[in-house]
Amino acid sequence: MSERKIRVLIAKPGLDGHDRGAKVIARALRDSGMEVIYTGLRQTPEQIVAAAVQEDVDAIGLSILSGAHNVLFPEIMRLLKEEGADDIAVFAGGIIPEKDIPKLKALGIREIFLPGTSTSRAVEAIRAAVSK
Amino acid sequence: MPYTTQVADKPFYDDRDLALRGFDATKDLGTPGNFPFTRGPRATMYRGKLWTMRQYAGFSTAAESNRRYRYLLERGTTGLSIAFDLPTQIGMDSDDPRARGEVGKVGVAIDSIADMEMLFDQIPLDHVSISMTINSPASILLALLLVVAERRSVGWSNLNGTIQNDILKEYVARGTYIFPPAPSLRIVTDIFEFCAKEVPRWNTISISGYHIREAGATAVQEVAFTLANGLQYIKAAIDRGLGIDTFAPRVSFFFNAHNDFLEEVAKFRAARKLWATLMRERYDPKDPRSLALRFHAQTAGSTLTAQQPENNVVRVAYQAMAAVLGGCQSLHTNSRDEALALPTEESATIALRTQQILANETGVPATVDPLAGSYAIESMTLDIEREARALIEKIDSMGGALPAIESGFVQRAIGDSAYAAQQAVEKKTSIVVGVNEFTDERPSPLPILTIDESVERDQVARLAEFRKQRRGDVRGALDTLDRAARDGKNLMPPIIDCVRNDCTVGEIVSTLKQTFGEYTDQGF
Repeated sequence: MSERKIRVLIAKPGLDGHDRGAKVIARALRDSGMEVIYTGLRQTPEQIVAAAVQEDVDAIGLSILSGAHNVLFPEIMRLLKEEGADDIAVFAGGIIPEKDIPKLKALGIREIFLPGTSTSRAVEAIRAAVSK
Repeated sequence: MPYTTQVADKPFYDDRDLALRGFDATKDLGTPGNFPFTRGPRATMYRGKLWTMRQYAGFSTAAESNRRYRYLLERGTTGLSIAFDLPTQIGMDSDDPRARGEVGKVGVAIDSIADMEMLFDQIPLDHVSISMTINSPASILLALLLVVAERRSVGWSNLNGTIQNDILKEYVARGTYIFPPAPSLRIVTDIFEFCAKEVPRWNTISISGYHIREAGATAVQEVAFTLANGLQYIKAAIDRGLGIDTFAPRVSFFFNAHNDFLEEVAKFRAARKLWATLMRERYDPKDPRSLALRFHAQTAGSTLTAQQPENNVVRVAYQAMAAVLGGCQSLHTNSRDEALALPTEESATIALRTQQILANETGVPATVDPLAGSYAIESMTLDIEREARALIEKIDSMGGALPAIESGFVQRAIGDSAYAAQQAVEKKTSIVVGVNEFTDERPSPLPILTIDESVERDQVARLAEFRKQRRGDVRGALDTLDRAARDGKNLMPPIIDCVRNDCTVGEIVSTLKQTFGEYTDQGF
C-alpha cells in the first residue's frame, strides 16, 4: 500500500506580486515528493482557507513580501479555526520583521522563514510537522 | 555563479576570442552617441550630463511621502521616483475591502486629485523630473499629474519624467496587472499617441527588465524578454498608424544592475547595440533618437541579504559601478535594509551617498565607456547580443511577446532559471556571503522602518471626506469614459476629465473593467 503523499498549499495572500519565492518553494516541495497546489497571486484569506479545506492539505505555506502580514495572517488563522481546519500546519515566509515573529507564532504559525532560508530546511520543517 | 548565464567561463580572453566572434570595432562599437550605440546613447556621456540620481521612494500617506521627497531633494537627489502602494498600483481605492493591510505599505496611497496635490506640494514640477512606477493605471496617475500641473499653471510641455507603463512584464514578473493583455496594450498605445502631441518631453514607457531579472531570469533572458516586450509595444503603435519617429524617441528602458560585474557591464552595452540593430532592421527610423536605447538602472534587490545587512552597502556599490560603466542615464541604489523592511531614512541616505561617491570621487564618469576594447568585455558583449537575439527570434516565431506571455513560455523560462539559481546556492556552487558561507549568528543590528496601521485608517477617512466634499460631475465623467472605452477612442482625454471631476482611481478602473474585464493569475 502506498503511503499518502504530504499535501501542501502554497498561497500568496494580499496584493503583492513577488512570487519568485513561492514558486521556488513549490517546486522544491514537489521535487521532495510532496503534492503541491499553488494558488497564484492576490488571494484573500477566505480563498486561501477554502482552497486548503477543499484540497484537504496537511500544510499551508504563506508567502508575503508587502508588509500586510500582521493584518492578513491573523485573519487566515481565525478562519482556519472557524472551519475546524486548525490541524493544518501553517508556515510563512517573506519579508517579515523579526519583531513581528513572536506575535505571529502565538497565532499558531509553526515557523517563519526569512530571506536566505534553504528550501531543504523548509522541506524538513514541513515533513516534521506533518508526521507528528 | 548564481545569477549568471556563465558567459564568462574562460580563464582569460585575448585577440583570438575577438577574431572568433568576428569583432569589428567600426561596426560593433562605432563612436559614443552614434549607431549602434554600444558605447552610449550620447557622445559626451557623463562629461556632458551626469546620470540622474533617482531614488525610488514613497510610503504611507501623500503628506509623509512629500516630506521624504523634499528631504531627498535637499540632500542632492536630482529626480524623484514615486513608489505607490499596492492598492494604487492595481487600481483599488484605499477603502476597498481587498486593500486591507496594504494601504501605504510599499508606497504611497493615491486615491484622488487631493492626494496627488499633496504629494507634489512645494515641488517645482517644471524643474524636477518625476518618475512614477505605475503600470496598469499609468494613464490615471499621469492624468492626475497633468491636472496638478494645470492647476499650478505649469504647461504640460514643460513636464519631464517617466511613467513605467510597461504592462507586459507585469504578467511575467511583477504581478500588478488589472486588465487582460490585449486591452492593456491598447491603453499603452493611447498614452504614446496622446503624449506625442500633448506632453512631448515625457518618457511614455520604461520597458523593464529589472523585475524580470528579480524574478530569476539570467542576464541574457533579461535582455531578450525586455527587448521582445519593447518590440511588441512598437508594433502596437505602428499598427495604430503612429509614425515611428513620433513616439520611439520617448521610449526608455529599465535594467537590473546585478552581481556579476563584467557580465553586467557587457549586458548594458549589448542591450543598446541589439535594440538599435533590431529597430533599424525592422522600422528604419530617420531620427537617431528612435534607435538609441536610454535606460534607468537599479541595483538588484534580490541579491540583498537579511543576514549581516551592512554587507549590502558593498554589494550595492559594486552593482552601481557596473551600471555606470555600462552607461545608465539614471540610477537607483538600494538600501542596506531592504531584505528586512522598507528603508529607513538613514539607510536611504547611505544609498544616495554611494552614488555621490561614485560620481565625485572615483573618476569613473570622466571617461566615456572606459572598458571598450577589453577582450573580455567585448567578447561577452557579443555573446550576450547573439544569445539574446536567438531568444528574441524564438519569441518572434511564436508571434511575438504577447503570445509568448499568454502561452506561459516566458514565465516558465524565468521559473526554471530562478530554481537553478536557488539550487546553486544550496549546493554551494554559488556563494552568498553571510548566507551559505561566512555566516555569523549575531542578530542584525539595524533599526527598521515600520508603517503604523493607523496610516490605513487615516487614508480611508481622508478618502471618505473627499467623497463627501467633492463637487465634480463624477457620474457624467465616468459615463463618457465608459463610452470611449467601448468605442475604441483614445482614453487619455476622458481619463483626464474624470480626474478633473474628482473621480477616484478605483472608480475609473472599475468603469474600465466593465469593458475590458479582469486578468487572473494563470499560475504558470
